[in-house]
Amino acid sequence: MAIINALQIVSVTDPGRIRGHNEDCVESRPEMGVVVLADGMGGYNAGEVASGMATSLIAAGLANGWTRAALKKLDREQASAFSQQLLQAEVSKANSAIFEAAQKDPQCAGMGTTLVACLFYDNFLTVGHIGDSRLYRMRSDALEQVTRDHSLLQEQIDSGLITKEDARSSHNKNLVTRALGIDPEVETETHSYEVLEGDIYLLCSDGLNDMIEDEEIQMTLIALRSNLDLTAQQLVQAANDAGGRDNISVMLIKVVSGFGVERGVWARIMSWFK
Amino acid sequence: MAKLILSVDGTVLKEVSLNKERTTLGRKPHNDIQVDNLAVSGEHAAIITILNDSFIEDLNSTNGTLVNGKPIKKHFLQNNDVIEIGKHKLKYFNDAPVQASEQDFEKTMIIRKPPTLTAASSPGLGASSGAAASSSGGIAANLSGSMSDTQTNMKPLGMGVPAMPAPRPTAPAAPLVPSAMPGPSVREAAIQVLSGAAAGRTLDLTKNLTTIGKPGVQVAVITRRPNGFFITHVEGANFPTINGSVLGGQAQQLGDHDLIEIAGVKMEFFYKP
Repeated sequence: MAIINALQIVSVTDPGRIRGHNEDCVESRPEMGVVVLADGMGGYNAGEVASGMATSLIAAGLANGWTRAALKKLDREQASAFSQQLLQAEVSKANSAIFEAAQKDPQCAGMGTTLVACLFYDNFLTVGHIGDSRLYRMRSDALEQVTRDHSLLQEQIDSGLITKEDARSSHNKNLVTRALGIDPEVETETHSYEVLEGDIYLLCSDGLNDMIEDEEIQMTLIALRSNLDLTAQQLVQAANDAGGRDNISVMLIKVVSGFGVERGVWARIMSWFK
Repeated sequence: MAKLILSVDGTVLKEVSLNKERTTLGRKPHNDIQVDNLAVSGEHAAIITILNDSFIEDLNSTNGTLVNGKPIKKHFLQNNDVIEIGKHKLKYFNDAPVQASEQDFEKTMIIRKPPTLTAASSPGLGASSGAAASSSGGIAANLSGSMSDTQTNMKPLGMGVPAMPAPRPTAPAAPLVPSAMPGPSVREAAIQVLSGAAAGRTLDLTKNLTTIGKPGVQVAVITRRPNGFFITHVEGANFPTINGSVLGGQAQQLGDHDLIEIAGVKMEFFYKP
């Protein structure tokens, strides 16, 4: 099935209850199966410049590179490898653009952004992330965090210095160890995973997962999944009810059906007529 | 900045600011906090401070270290924690507010180099205890050097291999962050079924989300919010009615003794006395 019909995508971004403006940015290209979410930081109102540049540049870059022509001869494994390379390359370009803009414009000095981006194709997804914006997956009513934050706290958890429970009361929650646009180069972490019909994917900024527990996210996804718009609104509302201390962005992708790519001879012949 | 107040039998002896990455405590004179008492080991404990967080670690002392009355090996210090070493007590104060101002609350910042961890000059956490030494080395290395990939160990895409393993169960029910959600200001409420097979049954609205109706036919959700209970249509061609009028696309606040009709079943919402 065409990707645009196989995936249902909903995005909500909200300034929260404390911040005057929204430094988060989301962009989706349903026809390509691409979703991008960025949480900007730094500078006087420059956070949204960085996150806006990141989402638009990366979405546009993927649109240019992820074409029927480029994918025509690739088998599934090659397509997965290509998606990772392309994502890395486009994030790298966006990083340079944000870094240069920050150097030129004093108002934008020090701006940067976190990123989580997904590309769905042929029943797999490729995810790239930098910083503490997250991808979760719900499958068979179990919620799992797919990405692990590039943050001081996550490193402390990994090294055993602090437990996951204690981490909730840490003073160092807000420190990320990687961000886009801060240095001339950035390392994007990319992985590919199998996608199954019925999966629900959640991309979010830390304004969601700092305010509400994973259990509550899971409960909301289970209770309301038949209405994806409402699910997204409810998640944002719950984060706001819990204080809404940061901008909150939520993107939900529901896999309505499989989206495998036909590669037989017949499919190739048919593709000439498309 | 965090600090410790050292006291014995209620008499304050001194105040120590935790301005070093590693503050040592023991009987021997080279310790940052020297406690000259035979119940205290030569090198008794160390307090590691990373930015605004502090951890205490017992250095395999003879008589042990208690925090809030419980023996600990390593502990993440919270404001007002009381450390006991023999008869001496150290109270931990960290008044660095988690939110300096509402505006600045948890503004995300990038940390590019370890702010205090400098490998050469200061040993990491538990340099004298082998088990923990590797962990702090890990932090320093991660922060300063090449950072390893950190996505979860979910099975990556492998062709010909069946899909990902069954997801591991989500984290055990950790205590919820103190949040406004289940705030005490929200009165307890319930719905009582008035018609149909389940007539007479009462359902307490103890969760933040309660769905009612028939899945696939007509479903609504009742959300518990700081300012009351709200009902919203979730799925189905027909919308529920509240006191005889059809619920719109938006959430509607429920009042005491409101009559809900959904999927042919009547029920009443009420606040508990």
